[in-house]
Amino acid sequence: MNINRLRKRLSDLPTHVILIGLCLLWLLPAVGLLVTSFRPFQDVNDTGWWTVLSPPKGATQYTQSCAECHGSDGKQLAVADLTNQELVQKYRRSFTLIALLKKTINEKPHMGALPVPDEQAAADIAGYLRRISGIEARPRFTLDNYIDALTGYRGTANYTSDCAAGTQAVDLFCDWRDLGNARGMGRAFLNTLTVALPSTLLPILFAAFAAYAFSWFHFPGRQFLFALLIGLQIVPLQMTLIPISRLYAQLGLNGTFLGVWLFHTGFGLPYAIYLMRNFIGSLPRELFESAYLDGASHWTAFYRLALPLSVPAIASLGIFQFLWIWNDLLVALVFLGGEHPMLTYQIGNMVTSLGSGWHLLTAAAFISMALPMVVFFSLQRFFVRGLLAGSVKG
Amino acid sequence: MAAQAEQVPNIMRQGRVTPWLYLLPALIVMAMFIVYPALNTFYLSFRNNDDTAWASANCLAGEPCWGLFENYRYALTSAVMLTSFVNNLKWIVLMTSGTVLFGLLIATLADRVRYEPLAKAVVFLPMAISFVGAGIIWKFVYNYSSGQIQIGLLNGLVTALGGQPVSWLTEPQINTIMLIIVGMWMWTGFCMTILAAALKGVSTEILEAGRVDGANEWQVFWGIMIPSILPTITVVVTTMVINVLKIFDIVYVMTGGNYGTEVIANRMYIEMYTSFKTGRATAIAIVLIAVIIPAMYFNIRRFREQEASR
Repeated sequence: MNINRLRKRLSDLPTHVILIGLCLLWLLPAVGLLVTSFRPFQDVNDTGWWTVLSPPKGATQYTQSCAECHGSDGKQLAVADLTNQELVQKYRRSFTLIALLKKTINEKPHMGALPVPDEQAAADIAGYLRRISGIEARPRFTLDNYIDALTGYRGTANYTSDCAAGTQAVDLFCDWRDLGNARGMGRAFLNTLTVALPSTLLPILFAAFAAYAFSWFHFPGRQFLFALLIGLQIVPLQMTLIPISRLYAQLGLNGTFLGVWLFHTGFGLPYAIYLMRNFIGSLPRELFESAYLDGASHWTAFYRLALPLSVPAIASLGIFQFLWIWNDLLVALVFLGGEHPMLTYQIGNMVTSLGSGWHLLTAAAFISMALPMVVFFSLQRFFVRGLLAGSVKG
Repeated sequence: MAAQAEQVPNIMRQGRVTPWLYLLPALIVMAMFIVYPALNTFYLSFRNNDDTAWASANCLAGEPCWGLFENYRYALTSAVMLTSFVNNLKWIVLMTSGTVLFGLLIATLADRVRYEPLAKAVVFLPMAISFVGAGIIWKFVYNYSSGQIQIGLLNGLVTALGGQPVSWLTEPQINTIMLIIVGMWMWTGFCMTILAAALKGVSTEILEAGRVDGANEWQVFWGIMIPSILPTITVVVTTMVINVLKIFDIVYVMTGGNYGTEVIANRMYIEMYTSFKTGRATAIAIVLIAVIIPAMYFNIRRFREQEASR
């Protein structure tokens, strides 16, 4: 490498360091969530997620105090095999263990020249012994949190073990029906899909009709009406919530899917019309002229020409609207609430009811993010475009 | 405008009714879900809390009263609302400047490296997830326990450095800032993407000319790049101000507005759905949009100008 290239590399170094540092900073919180969602719940509240790859709790204390005689696997002394469950069961509490360690064995102190561990260390060692003897064996990673979150499990162990022991709560069936449990994320996932799909398709369909009319029809007041509709983009969501929820209360639409579909459709339309009008209006007019000369009606021109040609605009718009609805909390909270909980609502609820049930919260949060992440990575171009164009939306 | 009207081929004339058939679904839904509620919200803000009389009925004897504007007295002068205003101001200043500065920094740095798409994807990723999801992620980072073991990353770091763990979300003064960091984490990617596009549009000839004239990178950045993307920066700043004013989810999920973290949009929700005070809630909504609409109007105009000049 010649000296000039080396100098260039060195002067670029701060750029790389700062940029990579920032990227790591951005990733770190999400990595914590992901790692935690796969850890057994006993570990989650015991140790920070960043220790996940370090030896289990108590291992260092064990190595310091016991490994010399008992061996690193606990099996070195045949008379006192530390992987023997019966033996470990007798000394599962720190004070029984300390008492044993202070005894003399064969007229020599148990610990030899080593100091007897203090209470905390003894408790950690006892926990470690329960682990290696298989009494409380648990894997480093587990899928239990996801199963528990999906089924809405709220017990003190986990869904699989409760079902195996037959001690599940009365409203659980221990088969696929539990995915429909009203407290679970499985049900919320379905509800969210049920809300998001029609609420994405309806405004796009209506907007396509209107955009076609604004582009290829003659009628008085066309420009004025278009400007008026686009101006409605200014009205923020907060301003429409209260009258609509009062209206829905009278019509009995509160807590129904129909109500939310209509609300999202109405609110998504101004921006959708604006985007679709720009796109359909910029299609070549010769195309429509010749279609019309060939005897096509407006309906045919709309259905066979305008719609198929505006697929790129529909994709951007669709992704934007879909993710907006998927991630929305306010509308889900106001119009659906606990009646048909959406993912965001369900998680918000878990935060208040579970407190520090981090193993469930992290898994639930990740379930709600899975689909947006897939959309993001597979359709990044459309996603970014739709989001940027939609940034002026109320 | 005239040119646009000419765009429609004359041979494609149609009956009087047909266009309205195409427009009708959209018009009906928009009238019902945007026009009617917007007007109704305005009306309700002058009514009492269950819409049975004018707002002056909300007045209490012996206390100041603004008559018909009684709900606005609450929305503008009550103690909780003043806290919300101060907090919203903090949000606007810190989150807007934070997202724009970080966005600009990352866009500028990423422009010089080969892994630009990857770096940008990482920073943009939080935009794909919900505020609720982000709230959980960060609530976990900020987690505090009074015991020895800290499972929250931030307190883990603090204790590892020998400090005392802090209850980040309940400590007044710092908790709002902690929430703002979450907002910055989410929205920096947005600012970065728009600013990066603008930076790429700066003509390389002008940049080269500047370098030939002996300007160093720092001077090129401040003297040429920043002035030429200034219009874009203005649009990004106003967009962020609008977004920040409407912030609700982060506060709702992370603190529920407790411990002095109240913001306007959250207050509106509480008045409406916890206290069932329609008059007050709608007055707050009107105050909120009165602040937003000028920014919105300015922004849409600038946005269109930019689109047109592209």
